[in-house]
Amino acid sequence: MNIHEYQAKDILRRTGIPIPAGEIATTPDEARALASRYGSTVVIKAQVHAGGRGKAGGVKLAASPDDAYAVASRILGMHIKGLPVMKVLVTPAADIAREAYVGIIVDRAAQRPVVMVSPAGGIDIEEVAATAPEKILKLPVDPRYGLLGFQAMQLGFFLYEDVALARQAAMILRHLYEAFLATGCSLAEINPLVVTPEGSLVALDAKMVIDDNELDRRPELAALRDETAEAPSEVAARKASLTFIKLEGNVGCVVNGAGLAMATMDLVKYYGGEPANFLDIGGSSNPEKVVHALRIITADLNVRAILFNIFGGITRTDDVANGIVAATRQNPLTVPIVIRLTGTNEEIAVKILRDNGFSASADMDAAVQQAVELARGGKAA
Amino acid sequence: MSIFIDRQTSVVVQGITGRDGSFHAKQMLEYGTAVVAGVTPGKGGQRFEQRVPIFNTVRDAVASTGANTSVIYVPPPFAADAIMEAADAGVSLIVAITEGVPVLDMTRVVPFVAERGVRLLGPNCPGLISPGKSKVGIIPGRICLPGSVGVVSRSGTLTYEIVNQLTRAGLGQSTCVGIGGDPINGTGFIECLTAFEADPETTVVCMMGEIGGVDEQHAARFVQDRMTKPVVGFIAGQTAPPGRRMGHAGAIISGSSGTAAEKLAAFEAAGMGIARRPIDFVDLVRARL
Repeated sequence: MNIHEYQAKDILRRTGIPIPAGEIATTPDEARALASRYGSTVVIKAQVHAGGRGKAGGVKLAASPDDAYAVASRILGMHIKGLPVMKVLVTPAADIAREAYVGIIVDRAAQRPVVMVSPAGGIDIEEVAATAPEKILKLPVDPRYGLLGFQAMQLGFFLYEDVALARQAAMILRHLYEAFLATGCSLAEINPLVVTPEGSLVALDAKMVIDDNELDRRPELAALRDETAEAPSEVAARKASLTFIKLEGNVGCVVNGAGLAMATMDLVKYYGGEPANFLDIGGSSNPEKVVHALRIITADLNVRAILFNIFGGITRTDDVANGIVAATRQNPLTVPIVIRLTGTNEEIAVKILRDNGFSASADMDAAVQQAVELARGGKAA
Repeated sequence: MSIFIDRQTSVVVQGITGRDGSFHAKQMLEYGTAVVAGVTPGKGGQRFEQRVPIFNTVRDAVASTGANTSVIYVPPPFAADAIMEAADAGVSLIVAITEGVPVLDMTRVVPFVAERGVRLLGPNCPGLISPGKSKVGIIPGRICLPGSVGVVSRSGTLTYEIVNQLTRAGLGQSTCVGIGGDPINGTGFIECLTAFEADPETTVVCMMGEIGGVDEQHAARFVQDRMTKPVVGFIAGQTAPPGRRMGHAGAIISGSSGTAAEKLAAFEAAGMGIARRPIDFVDLVRARL
């Protein structure tokens, strides 16, 4: 789960990491009031779950309260990578001397958290990683001992020759690691970490991604979710325990299991079609889930044909068949549907579908080809 | 022969009285797996299906029955502890089916298990099956056929799809292993490939990967450097969108975005057969038998 910059900064500030003042505005008037309270040039930053905010025009300086009003009116209501900007963070502008990067990620290869630092931080850090990897220091942390003092100092000296700065950086890294564990993160990063003219370090931007698997046992983390910042179809899918990602094509896909769902989309493309979505109904499906899935798919006006691909293991194919019948009874379909199912209770499922006027096949390739052809010849919903 | 499990495998089911655990314990018994014990704290002394003794702890179960393998169906918040309990009780293989285990829990589990010399498969995996001998986990037994094709995969239902197509074409399997798709897990591709290479019964290996990470690229290098048996590969997600970026750190750590194109190029460079569609496995395997 992504959280906003301002939420991540609140968490990090509580651990003792130095972070400039800043508050959220949801209207231009609020932005003006904050700017006049700070009494200096401010930065107005879109709070949206998308990278590249600055390049999209979502981060701007404002020299006066009236300027803050004007800038906030432009940014609020913008869409960045399809997501609406509902909030901006207003924060005093800082003099930036040197930008460093510090981050922690759970690394697949090392099978543990890895702390990464670079004295060449800022927006081009990925470029640095690709072209000058010697400017990045990576340190895997043994989760049994945590980030030890000497390790944090080693990272601090990689960033700064000055011992006072290195010590501050080490302290910030230990706090960041503490917040990373306490918040159940898969990622926490500060970019940039800057040196102020007074010679102290401050974190100007922060990003945290919380492991979705922590949310069930940690309601206080789940409460950080901002649904207004997510695509409505993805919110609806999550509430129905489905995984859904909207795409640009016209073949609506309903599949059980992420790997099979991806392979189904690949096969749609192989036979000359374009998938309209990724949708995984997961294991142990019940008919209600299928009803939700069909509602989400048919809400997409680009969809010209619907393809079900179900391999019953834990998922019972008769549950899926009952769901299809119930959903289409409530809302008759206006686009053709192709149903491929095989596995657990297949005979019962096929009978349920036949009795209700649907046909079903057991062959994945044939079903995908048929759906692609129907989508090509079909009309809009 | 087969890899990891065979007729000598004797299984303790952790979470045997839960909804998933009881369903799949029955399926394993029906398949002929030696399910010798169950564990549910507080239900020690009872029996599952009138035959399998239930214990309060894995240690008790192993001491009484000599179980050498554990399969775990306990809910996500307790799964990490259950894995460590099994490792500490002295089984040699742990198969964790549970989906949704927090990744930071797994950073503690993996070294704990490794220190005790125990093999862990999963979590969030379908388990494994050596057709006609033993099945541990949830892979449907009726889609499998005894034979000489080794199968290793990161997916669940996609594995069933491909195994089913192999079986319908008469191409039986030595062992099918689902390693699971979580970022931090136990046994990986390379350990499975090593075991298949050493298994006299296996003559060709099918490997199914997904987008993300660099595991498939490393596996391809292993195939090229260390394997004499032919390997056929598939990558799911060739058309997946670039997806949610994990800040900058994801790209910095691996120096790779883990795309299907990168992985397929690695397969090609390793001289592996490449299945563009699941059905392509049938012809590619047949040509390599």
